[in-house]
Amino acid sequence: MTNKIYVFKLFERFWHWSQAGLIITMLITGFEVHGSYTLMGFADAVEVHTVAAWALVGLWCFAIFWHFTTGEWKQYIPTLQKVDAMIKYYAVGIFTHAPHPFKTTQLKKHNPLQRLAYLWVLLMIGPGIWITGWAYLFYDQWTAWGWDTLLTLEWVAFFHVAFAFMMLVFLIAHVYLTTAGHTPTAHIKAMITGWEETD
Amino acid sequence: MMKLITTILALAASLLVAVTPAISSEAPAAAAKTEVKAEKPVFVKPKTTSTADHAKFKELQQGFASGPEVTKACLKCHNEAATQVMHTKHWSWEYLNPQTNQKLGKKHVINNFCTAVESNQAFCTACHVGYGWKDNKFDFAKQDNVDCLVCHDTTGSYRKLPGLAGHPPYKDTEYPPKSGEIVPATDLKFVAQNVGKTSRATCGACHFYGGGGDAVKHGDLDSSLKQPSKYLDVHMAKDGLNFTCSECHKTSSHEVPGSRYAVTANDTKKHIRGKADGNPATCQSCHTTAPHKTNARLNGHSNKIACQTCHIPEFARAQPTKMSWDWSTAGKRDADGKHLKIKDSTGHHDAYDSRKGDFTYESNVIPQYVWFNGKVNYTLRDTKLDPTKVIKINSFEGSADDGKSKIWPIKRFVGKQPYDVGTNQLVIFQAYGTPDNKDAYWVNLDWEKALERGAKESGIPYSGKHAFVETEMSWPITHMVAPKGDALTCAQCHQPQTGVGRLDKVEGIYMPGRRANYWLDLIGWSIAGLTLLGMLAHGAGRIYVARKSAAKTH
Repeated sequence: MTNKIYVFKLFERFWHWSQAGLIITMLITGFEVHGSYTLMGFADAVEVHTVAAWALVGLWCFAIFWHFTTGEWKQYIPTLQKVDAMIKYYAVGIFTHAPHPFKTTQLKKHNPLQRLAYLWVLLMIGPGIWITGWAYLFYDQWTAWGWDTLLTLEWVAFFHVAFAFMMLVFLIAHVYLTTAGHTPTAHIKAMITGWEETD
Repeated sequence: MMKLITTILALAASLLVAVTPAISSEAPAAAAKTEVKAEKPVFVKPKTTSTADHAKFKELQQGFASGPEVTKACLKCHNEAATQVMHTKHWSWEYLNPQTNQKLGKKHVINNFCTAVESNQAFCTACHVGYGWKDNKFDFAKQDNVDCLVCHDTTGSYRKLPGLAGHPPYKDTEYPPKSGEIVPATDLKFVAQNVGKTSRATCGACHFYGGGGDAVKHGDLDSSLKQPSKYLDVHMAKDGLNFTCSECHKTSSHEVPGSRYAVTANDTKKHIRGKADGNPATCQSCHTTAPHKTNARLNGHSNKIACQTCHIPEFARAQPTKMSWDWSTAGKRDADGKHLKIKDSTGHHDAYDSRKGDFTYESNVIPQYVWFNGKVNYTLRDTKLDPTKVIKINSFEGSADDGKSKIWPIKRFVGKQPYDVGTNQLVIFQAYGTPDNKDAYWVNLDWEKALERGAKESGIPYSGKHAFVETEMSWPITHMVAPKGDALTCAQCHQPQTGVGRLDKVEGIYMPGRRANYWLDLIGWSIAGLTLLGMLAHGAGRIYVARKSAAKTH
């Protein structure tokens, strides 16, 4: 029997996909600014990266507001329950057609590994990349603000890029694991339509 | 009905008004493009804002036998002028650098072009604002010795020739000697009656020809600035702002501001033009410290980068400048024992001259870039040098973290020149001499005699043994500012690890796009790559298992 539950509301889906687009844009332009390759040219890469960054800031303002007014922030409260079962499922069960150990509900839409991973993204990679990014963006003001005695651009850039690598790793794993739901396309459909098929 | 017609008419009229300026604005632009005037050989008295016509002054309505006689007439009215000139570097060729306490100026510095003035005065002082400085006995206090005309000529017919100790020719003179070209006797009365403000031509008469020829020395100053295009010089363009030199080098009491001995490398004042305490020749004095109106990031760049770095993308953009001079190869003769001259591949410049050695010229040169805080240290006559190293005739002081430096473009001029092996000091030699002077190097190609003579005339002892040492000299690039469309683009400095970015050799700053952290990249890309591989392997495993079980069920 196939059940369908409504897990992702319209704003949440909008938030997810626009954020995905912005992050991918910033990864592409960011590594160009970093000097990894030439794609659109340094000047345009900087411009696009900066615009995308401010757009994401705006998006996050809405997202934070949404999470707290709807109480959805509770979805990210970490738990170690069933983490071992999830790891076992990804390592073994998925190959042996074992049942998915996590049952999605509206109150618990993320499995425990997702919870941990998204919390890591939201509380660690996100703020890390933002704080270093802002410092980077306002480099010209450092002297006026007295920051030039505390920071060097080299280290700010170092951590900004380090967090960007973490984001890239997350993105790769995340994109792949979207196929590891109850069916290969269950997660992706859910994020598009809002409805997730469960067993 | 009537109302409708008037409305239509009004609309048509407004349309016409709107279109008309578009048509008329195009016409003059097209005309300006085709209007390329050749320099007229006949003197046309220029329009002047002066309230005095010098031709009408009785003092100037007489024949003059010499330059000093003209000066005497000038000083009858301009009775402070000579005193003012005498306080300037243009007169004294001396400058005490307050930052380093070094005594500089043409009188003291030994450079790596023609090297030194001493013992060669009659030649070099063709560019002195005076008459008669042919040896150390020149009277620097005599007012008649000041040359007013060299700066204030408007006729273009006043020309001081090397060898005449600052005098113009008073009779028809063959110059260069044995060239067959005759420089006519100077019509001093004509020149004196047509004096006026300084111009690109008068300043350029010396400053465009430094180092012994057009465009030789600076790379950003040459005769193409007499009538420059906008691309060459956005300020001086003949069809643009048409600035004279003194527009920026705003002179007061004959004191011309702007110096490469004590450079204002980092002007932090916002708008000092017209005030006595600043240097009016800096970019900032007109453009302020935040000149970029649409891109704040560029204003931020100007905290660390001199305007010139981006806005003078290359030097020697109109004609080639000399980049090296090797005196050590001078002295060769042809089969007949005569002096040699060999042209370079362009045919326009000497690649070798028996009297001077080997040269190289280059066009459209990308400058070198250095941190510079305005302090310049010189290797002087008494500086002990290490001949195993390249001697820096001058070196620009600066660093990324002294809080005073900016990244500046420079021309680095390299060469080899004689030094005294006994004292490990740079030496003075006599290059120029009249044909009967057998000591002068340019006459006889004998280093020892030329060095002995240089020592005798300068009073600096010479051990009797010389060798050649490698030298280099730095010249700030600050003229020939290109239009903003020709300024450097971001990627010309922010080059992704190709090693050809403009500022690749400038240390002490982190530049996005330049030399990323090796370990960060290695570890970052490795983890990302391994993650991708892991995911692909995991996916492949799932597909494999799925296919196998599908095959089983069939």
